[in-house]
Amino acid sequence: MAEEIAIPGWKKWLEGIGDQVEFFFKFFRNIFTGGFEWSEFVRQCYEIGYRSMMLVGITSFIMGVVLIVQLRPTLVAFGAASMLPKTLSVSFIREIGPVIIAIICAGKIASSIGAELGSMKVTEQLDAMEVSGANPLQYLVVTRILATTIMVPILSVIGDLIGLFGGFLALNLRDNMSFSLYFTKVVGSIDFSDFLPAFVKTIFFGFAIGFVGCYKGFHSNKGTESVGIAANSAVVTASLWIFVIDAIAVQVTSLLFYK
Amino acid sequence: MAEETVKTGEKNKAKTGNEVVIAIKGLKKSFGKKHVLKDINLEVKRSENVVVLGRSGTGKSVTIQCIVGLLRPDGGSLKVFGDEVAEMSDKELKQLRIKIGFLFQSGALYDSMTVRENLEFPLTRVLKLKDQGEIDKRVEDALTSVGLLEAIDKLPSDLSGGMRKRAGLARTIIVNPEIILYDEPTTGLDPITSREISDLILSIQKKYKTSSIIITHDMECARIAADRMLIMDDGVFIAEGTFEGLHKSKNKTVEAFFKDIL
Repeated sequence: MAEEIAIPGWKKWLEGIGDQVEFFFKFFRNIFTGGFEWSEFVRQCYEIGYRSMMLVGITSFIMGVVLIVQLRPTLVAFGAASMLPKTLSVSFIREIGPVIIAIICAGKIASSIGAELGSMKVTEQLDAMEVSGANPLQYLVVTRILATTIMVPILSVIGDLIGLFGGFLALNLRDNMSFSLYFTKVVGSIDFSDFLPAFVKTIFFGFAIGFVGCYKGFHSNKGTESVGIAANSAVVTASLWIFVIDAIAVQVTSLLFYK
Repeated sequence: MAEETVKTGEKNKAKTGNEVVIAIKGLKKSFGKKHVLKDINLEVKRSENVVVLGRSGTGKSVTIQCIVGLLRPDGGSLKVFGDEVAEMSDKELKQLRIKIGFLFQSGALYDSMTVRENLEFPLTRVLKLKDQGEIDKRVEDALTSVGLLEAIDKLPSDLSGGMRKRAGLARTIIVNPEIILYDEPTTGLDPITSREISDLILSIQKKYKTSSIIITHDMECARIAADRMLIMDDGVFIAEGTFEGLHKSKNKTVEAFFKDIL
């Protein structure tokens, strides 16, 4: 039917940027117009949040264990073994936890959203929704982006706690530290400027994961191969955005909190 | 390209009435350098079933996608219920789409929802119905009309191709559209199921007094459902008439469609 014509690379790139900006504004416009799809939003929170909990938990636990095992010899060499809980908690809560958990979520959630919406496009479900007079953006996009924006920070906090617990268990493989002492050291070493910027950036990570997943799925081509491309492209782009947001967040945080 | 227009008898003129619900004049649509629709002219009257035949890639599906506003034409006029589709705002287009049902080739059922939820979707999201009793009744009525009530709680993945088309048709008729656009409703189905779907199209026209455009390659479907038929080739309609009238045509392209018909 439609014959593809060759479009110069730069023009395609600019068109892509334009499409993303348009999609971004359509998302915000659709949050406030028409009825909010509460049931779909709750379902997405369950799918995105609860169904990712096990993966995030296991990964965070392992990260906590690995960090303690790796840090211990160096800190012991400097006679600073007692600094292990503090080092772990600051590095985990400020940087490692949010970024690693966001990358895991990009792999699991962005790919799943990209593939789901891409497959809906291929099987004409998006067109069917549109021609029925319903609003696919409101039902599919707004709910998914808001769900990731809310659930990724929650997953990140849960991951942080599990990672710190993993660190406690790893610490007790060689040393002997009570949970209350470990907990006191961890809490005592973290302040507001460690937790808040890290938490705020996970909100942006969540938004980026949802937005990229929805955009790639919604704008996939018609063909089964496109579903795979949409899923793959969603993971790659969301991961890239996570590092870009992290770089910006680190700069902003250091200007605001660590002068 | 041959552009002979074969006009034949209009057996159903009295039955279908004269109110024009879809009026297309000089419709054009291109994708890059490929001119898919070159000069489409078509009128569909109330309660009339119009079948459009044509080889793959001649622009049949593009025509009905323009009617429902999924594609924007490059030129010409396309009026539905007297209003120019290309000039409609999003809100007006949404209102128009409530009056137009569209049955996709695959059925396009939402695969994360059961058949019941698929049918409830347009009622709750588009018609904004709140009364669960009324919703249940309309869902059951629509499924009964297509003979699929037993599959009400099944997922689309548990349905056969024919059942999916029936469920898609039930979802289309549940909002009582005045026009139904069928995109290859019998493609990929066995002859028996194809015939059942064709009979269903005819019974829906009679029961709900809908006007329809049926895009198909299936001559049996055309024979059963068509009040009037058009043959499309290379972006234009080359012939128009009843099934019997076109069967006698000497146009080479038209003859090719009727080659195996006795």
